[in-house]
Amino acid sequence: MTQLLLFNITNGLIIGAFYVLMALGLSLILNLSNVINFAHGGFLVIGGYIAYTLTPYVGFWGALLIAPVLTALIGLLVERVLIRPLYGRDPLYGLLLTFGLAFMIEDGTRAIWGAQGKPVTIPAVLARPLTPELFFITGYRLFMVVAAIAVVALLFAILRYTRLGVRIRAGTLDLETVSAMGVNIHALRSLNFAAGVYLAGLSGVLAAGQLGLEPTMGTGLLMPSFVAIIVGGVGSLTGTLIGGLLIGLASGVTAVFLPAASEAVIYVLMALILLLRPRGLLGEEGMMT
Amino acid sequence: MSGKARNLALLAAIWATLVLAPFWMPLVGGYTALGARVLVLALAAMSVNFLLGFTGVLSFGHAAYFGLGAYGAGFALKFLAKSTPLSLVCGMLLGGLAGALLGSLIVRRRGVYFAMVTIAFGQVLYYVAFQWSSLTGGDDGLRGFSRQPLDFGFASIDILSNETAFYFFVLACFALAVAVMGYILQSPFGRTMIAIRENERRARFLGIAIERHIWIAFSLSCFFMGFAGALYALVNNFADPRGLHYSQSGDFVIMAVMGGMRNFWGPLLGAAVFVALQDYLSSLTVNWMSFVGLLFVLVVLFFPRGLLGFARPKASA
Repeated sequence: MTQLLLFNITNGLIIGAFYVLMALGLSLILNLSNVINFAHGGFLVIGGYIAYTLTPYVGFWGALLIAPVLTALIGLLVERVLIRPLYGRDPLYGLLLTFGLAFMIEDGTRAIWGAQGKPVTIPAVLARPLTPELFFITGYRLFMVVAAIAVVALLFAILRYTRLGVRIRAGTLDLETVSAMGVNIHALRSLNFAAGVYLAGLSGVLAAGQLGLEPTMGTGLLMPSFVAIIVGGVGSLTGTLIGGLLIGLASGVTAVFLPAASEAVIYVLMALILLLRPRGLLGEEGMMT
Repeated sequence: MSGKARNLALLAAIWATLVLAPFWMPLVGGYTALGARVLVLALAAMSVNFLLGFTGVLSFGHAAYFGLGAYGAGFALKFLAKSTPLSLVCGMLLGGLAGALLGSLIVRRRGVYFAMVTIAFGQVLYYVAFQWSSLTGGDDGLRGFSRQPLDFGFASIDILSNETAFYFFVLACFALAVAVMGYILQSPFGRTMIAIRENERRARFLGIAIERHIWIAFSLSCFFMGFAGALYALVNNFADPRGLHYSQSGDFVIMAVMGGMRNFWGPLLGAAVFVALQDYLSSLTVNWMSFVGLLFVLVVLFFPRGLLGFARPKASA
């Protein structure tokens, strides 16, 4: 029982790490561009497939470095061409546009790489379990969590200590004032969007190594990421971080006692939060209400 | 006065087109069943627009109440009684009551956040319909029911095998729902909804209970949605979880936006164009999903006010 529980807690934390990476990217984009990026799952899939294509040439480690950057560049292009004309308009339009974009990406990846799932080879070092007793903790799973922690730590360090980070945080609160202070908010939004998409691409590469690749895999991770943001509170990246881990853990633990409800439990959690604390765990009162 | 005359002429043209549809549709390559589909999806898109266009609140999870309406009608026909009117009432109640219940949680948020919460709650209902396969048939959908002849005591109309008779039945239901919707929008309550859309803060200062009004508007639109869903179950003699999925919600929203969301009849036009395009594209290419996605992108970039978009532009966010 203890081992089963431990197994599912680990599972929950690993899934939670994915939710966090996805939700942080979504959250960044939502805070500064006021767009719910429905295509975020699509960018995850793009990242994964680029890694799959690159692996034979540059190996897994090379792909891990290059694929998210390429995905971010695609994101930059999308922001420049499609999203920028929508700034200042009703958020409805950004939502609808990225929704359509998600369709196109899913169908496009299917046309290019086929509907069949694709495996991504991971280095042999990472494929082994750590110890026979803890057979469920392979090196790769540990690596995913470490990578996620490292990236999240880096993101928070950038936001906390660099000029760019300060501007992004300030823009979340009041973009107009940031613009009035002489900051080029177009460039800021572009960079911020690319950063968000980078996180999606990275999640895609990491997920590909664990789960393999399918054109539809992005959509499955998108909804929990929404829930993570709602639970954590819109406008707070720390909240998103906690929210993602919390729902990952909740669904992991529920899987032990009531497997059928492991997916539903995150929504129950969301309903409870909305009932007891409508602004989310760390959401600012008055943000986006 | 001339404006009034123009409105009457427009109304007459719309209803004439709809009433005569079984006669002109085959001429342009359509079929009567497609007409019934357009009417039902148009009613759903108009229900979404009741909230989006007239209260200014975006629900991106409304398909959930549509799908519940379909299941409600299916359950009623399968387990309660073989009666078409009863199935419509049951579908409407299931969709509407679920909406009213969840709506009380949802209306606490506004803007983008409101949209996210509606999506998430819509997905809960989708998962319930998907997982509870002993009741709903799961992924295979709910089968084993069919619409029943309308029995008036002195006469009965066969709407099961007679496609044209069924089309007129759907049209009558559509007309009834649309009349109620129009009546609500003309009422003081409807005017208040528009006041909230135009300037929520000012409406609040005037002493309007914003949250309660949005909740009522949300619930009403869910009742309409449930009714449309119940009709949809009768069209297909089938109900499945995909009717609840957020991608279905997206279709409804794009119908409303494409037609023109500030116009009462916009979603009807949007639904007609959307259904015709989808029907045509899916017969043409396996990659029709890309084209539907492209349609979303093009509408947003080039026709944000829709085909009937002569209304004023929306205030910037």
